[in-house]
This record gives sequence, structure tokens and C-alpha cells, in this order.
Amino acid sequence: MTDVLLPLSIAVPIVAATLPLALGLRYDEVGWPIAAVTTLGLVGSAAAVAFEVYTGGPFDHELGGFAPPIGIELVADELSAAVFLLVALVSAATLVLSRVIGPRGNAFHSAYLLLSGGLVGVSLTGDLFNLFVFLEIVGLTTYALIAADRSGASAYASLKYLVVGTVGASLYLVGVGYVFLATGTLNMADVSVQIVERASYTDPLVQAGFAFIAVGFALKIALFPVHTWQPDAYQRAPDAVTTLVAALVSTASAYALIRVTYSVFTVDFLAANDAIVTVILLVSGVSILAGSALAVMQSDLKRMFAYSSVAQFGMIVAAVGIADETALLGGIVHLVGHGLLKFGLFCGLALLAAGYGARRVEDLASLARDAPFASGALAVLGLALVGIPPSVGFLGKWYIALGAVRSAGATGGVVGVGIAAVILASTLFTLAYVARVIERLYFAGVERDPGTAVADGGSGDAAVPGTIPTAPLVVLVAAALVAVGLGFAGAAFETLLDPYLSEVFA
Amino acid sequence: MTAASTAIAAQSALDVLGTRHAYVVFALLLCIGLYMMIANPNLVKKVIGLNLFQTAIFLLFIASAYVDGGAIPIVPSGGGGGPYVSPLPHVLVLTAIVVGVSLTAVALALCIRIYDEYGTLRVDTLRELLREEGSLPAGPGLPGSEPGRDGGDRDD
Repeated sequence: MTDVLLPLSIAVPIVAATLPLALGLRYDEVGWPIAAVTTLGLVGSAAAVAFEVYTGGPFDHELGGFAPPIGIELVADELSAAVFLLVALVSAATLVLSRVIGPRGNAFHSAYLLLSGGLVGVSLTGDLFNLFVFLEIVGLTTYALIAADRSGASAYASLKYLVVGTVGASLYLVGVGYVFLATGTLNMADVSVQIVERASYTDPLVQAGFAFIAVGFALKIALFPVHTWQPDAYQRAPDAVTTLVAALVSTASAYALIRVTYSVFTVDFLAANDAIVTVILLVSGVSILAGSALAVMQSDLKRMFAYSSVAQFGMIVAAVGIADETALLGGIVHLVGHGLLKFGLFCGLALLAAGYGARRVEDLASLARDAPFASGALAVLGLALVGIPPSVGFLGKWYIALGAVRSAGATGGVVGVGIAAVILASTLFTLAYVARVIERLYFAGVERDPGTAVADGGSGDAAVPGTIPTAPLVVLVAAALVAVGLGFAGAAFETLLDPYLSEVFA
Repeated sequence: MTAASTAIAAQSALDVLGTRHAYVVFALLLCIGLYMMIANPNLVKKVIGLNLFQTAIFLLFIASAYVDGGAIPIVPSGGGGGPYVSPLPHVLVLTAIVVGVSLTAVALALCIRIYDEYGTLRVDTLRELLREEGSLPAGPGLPGSEPGRDGGDRDD
């Protein structure tokens, strides 16, 4: 009966999203408890689904009792269970943060629940058009959340994201339309069969469909030439929203790219279309370098780590393009690990901003004396992002680079070596900007007077200036510990994801 | 290229225009919508361009459902009575229209918010105001570097 959990995990948050608004007519602060209860349920459901998948194998649920390929099915396999678990945990952890630093309105919690439901939907659906709908639910609520503090600048950043994000989703829809024309079906598993039977991997319609889908996802993931919405959106959004969005929204799109590339078009499609693979690798390589270089040039903290996301997602997309078992394992590990790291980093920055008004690198001067735990966690997470072992950041990058070199060895091409070199260069860039943050935190040599600490007055938060609230601090430290702990879990990742990988590369 | 092969190419181009005109209109609308989003400085007109872009995709789906001489897909009891046009793309477009309407609503709400705050909907004026306010960096985040690199938002 575990399969009933799949539709429930999507429907319950979406239905619960109406409650804060409806009950908000009578009661004031009703949003947080509703969101907390729903999200805790989501965590439980994710744990149950993950346990079932990793012990008993993948399972699916036919919505409304209509059998696929005509009906829509929800699928939990090794990959989607990992992303589902990440979504549930990060959503729950963000609630702890948002309770302290805001936003606290009922409308925020409604949008938050819709976003959670949409993200779970993206990770579980087994239908191409259904994926579009969930992507748009995620998109819409993200646009609303980014503008949640009602400032003009955040509205502009949000509108910019809306236009770019909608074009991305629409291009995905065009691609789905092309694939539908070529195969006559929308079910992911069925499409992967029908592409061979009714068309071929080199059919121009199928190729164009994949190109549209890939470009659409590139816009949503924020790869280099089309990343421009991301820094503004992350910087202007309220801190708690940035934490959630940076950890999950682009991650969901990158997950969808992996899913569509490997479960729908399959690795044989990549093998048959060298030109497409070359373009993917080229774009992701440029994205890795440009994102890292732009991050080094920033002095606004949120903007710096926003550009860092451009680079990290470049690595994940590169792993998709390399089409090697080890590289894809690295891509998935980095997908989950990067989500966790960005959650921790933005959570730490949000706490330092709420307590000490630190928004730029220079504001961090010697904060480690006043906030040792938050600074320590931030430093650990930053080093994990660089890829210092043992950490989940190292694990992901290691597998991707290893896969790149191995595929270069197998085919004798220089592209794989190039990707590995680019990842190494980006690691140095990452060290450059993380080291700046750590240097300011620990070695600025400024005597701080607790009396002059500035609170972030704009968002009306209740955090006491000059202190770090305990509950989010515990979450932050836990995130840092998990990021380090997962660095020892390389073998576990390999074992857990092996069924998925061997099926994809069968 | 002989004159004959040119004539054949022209003939097949005419064939495409004659029999596949819906797809040609799809491509045209897509490009016009995209161009409006990029080139028009007015935010509301960008949103209209976005709508045009989405409408083009609706047209692609609807055109793909068309069957020559097909009837409305209401199957009489006992079956038979074909051919019918494909009902599935119609349902998909219905959903996509709902998504599009919600997006337009959010976009217009954001436009109203921006207009309330800055009193303009022109992107160029808006960007100047944001720079003065300090909400947009003048250069790539570092003072003194070349301007316009970091924002990179020429596309909207």
C-alpha cells in the first residue's frame, strides 16, 4: 500500500495550501502550524518511500486507476526517491528558519506549501506533460515567493525570472509536442520504447524535440548564457525564500533534465547524436568556468553564491552529457549534495544577516568572534562546496571528473579531459571566493562592539540584533555535519543508486 | 543549381505553405512573441509577447490533432463512426491555457507592484531608477569595472 503515498505526497501539500488563506480569514498566525504539520508528514512519507525503494525496489502508482500509457503514473525509483527525500527535508528545515526570520504571513505559507507539492510532483511524475504542469506550479509559486517582501526591486527580479522561466517551460512544452508528434504518447517509459519503434534516434523531429527540451531546462536551471535571472532573483528574495529556492528549484529542473535525458531519450540517443552531446558539454563547460569567475567578482554574499550555483549546475549538466555511469552517479550525488550545501550556506548567510546585518563580504569582518557556531558551520559548508574531502561536494565532483576522464580514455576524445580540467579550474575559483569569506570571518582582525550590530530592519523580523537564534542554528550545524558525513558515504551512494544506473546504462 | 531544381524547391516550399500553414504560423508566432519579449521596452508588452509565445504552442498542439474530415471525438454507444480528431492534444492545451492564465495574472500583479513603486513600466527607465537606488549594481558587483557585464539582462 506504500504506492498510495505517492499521490498523497503531492495532493496533501497542495490541498493544505488553501488552509492558511481560508483559516487566515479568522485567525492570524495559522500558517506556520499548518505548514509544519504538512511538511512533517511529507518528511515521514519521503522516508517511507525511500525505505521501500531502497529495500524493495522501484514502484509506481496509476493515477485514478487508468493504466499507463494512457493514464498518468507516478514513479518512485532510486533517483526520484533521493530527490523526494531532499525536497522534504529541506522544506522542513526552511520552516524552522522562516519562523524566526520571516516571512510569516499566511500567504507565504500557502505559496510555500504549493511549492513543496509542486517539487514533489516534479520528482515523482512519470508523464512528460504532467512534468510540465508541475514545473509550472513550481515556477509560479517561486515567482510569487521571490516577490514576497513586496519591495520594488524584488518584484522586478521576480518578473525577470517569470519571463525567462516561462520561456524555458514553454520551450520544454514545444519539445514535448515534437516528441508527442513523433511517438504518439506522453508516458516517459512508453516514449522511450516508441522512439525506437515509431521513429529513430536520428529522426529530425526527435532531435529537435530533445533540443527544445534541453534549452528549456537550461533556462530553468540557469546555465551560463541564460543564467541572468538567477543572481537577481536570489539576491532580492527574502532570505528564507532564497534558502528554499536555491536549494530546491533549480535542483528540480536539473533532476527533470536527468530524468528526461536518461529515462525518455536514453543513453543510446546520446550515443547516436554526437553533435548534441558536444553542445551540451560545451555549454556546461563554459557555464562552470563563467559561473565560478563571476562568483569571484561579487562582493554581495547572496549574489556570490548564486553565481556559484551556475557553476555547480554546469557540472551536473556536464555529467549528463558525458553519458558515463560513474559521471552520472557523480551528477546525482552532486545534485543532492549541492542542494544540501546551498541550503546550509544560504541559511547561514540568512542568520548572519538577521543577527548582524551582514550582506556583503566586508560586513563579515571577524564575525566568528560573535557567532562562532554559525561562522564555523558556514566555513565547513564553504569548504565542502570547494570540494575538500571528506564532504559531499568532493564526492560529487570526484565522480564526475573520474567519469569524464574514463570516458575520454574509452573513446580517446579530448572532451572528457577538458571537462575534468574545467572542474579542477572551477574548484580553484571556488576556493578563491570561499577563502575570501573565511578570511573575513576569522582573520579580519576587527574588534567588534556588540552594541553597534545592525539588525536587518526591512523585513520586520523578530530576531534579536547581535544574536543568532538557537533553532535555525541547530539546523545549520546539522546541515554542515550531514554535508561532511555524506562525504564518507560514497560506497553507500554507489550501492543505493546502482540499480538505477545499471538499468539506464543497460 | 539548375533552373529546374530551383523550381522544384519553390514548388515544395509552396506545398509546405499550402498544406502545413498552421505549422508555419506556429513558427512565426513563436518568433514574434520572442522578439517582443526581447525588443520591447514596456513590461506589459513583454507579457503580451509571452502570451503570444504560449499561444503559438497551443496552435502547434491543436494543429497536430487535426485529422482531415475528422469528427468531434464523441463516440456513439457501440463504437464506430470514425475518423475522429485526436482529443488528447485538446485536453493538453486546455491545461496549458490554465497555466498561461495564472502566469499572466502573476506577471501583471508584479507589473502593478513595479509601477506603484517606480511610476514607470519602461525597462530602460526602470533600470536607471534601480541603479540610482542601488538595487542594481553599476558594474559586475565591483565598483570601477566595465558596466553592464554582470546584469547581462539584455534579454528582457
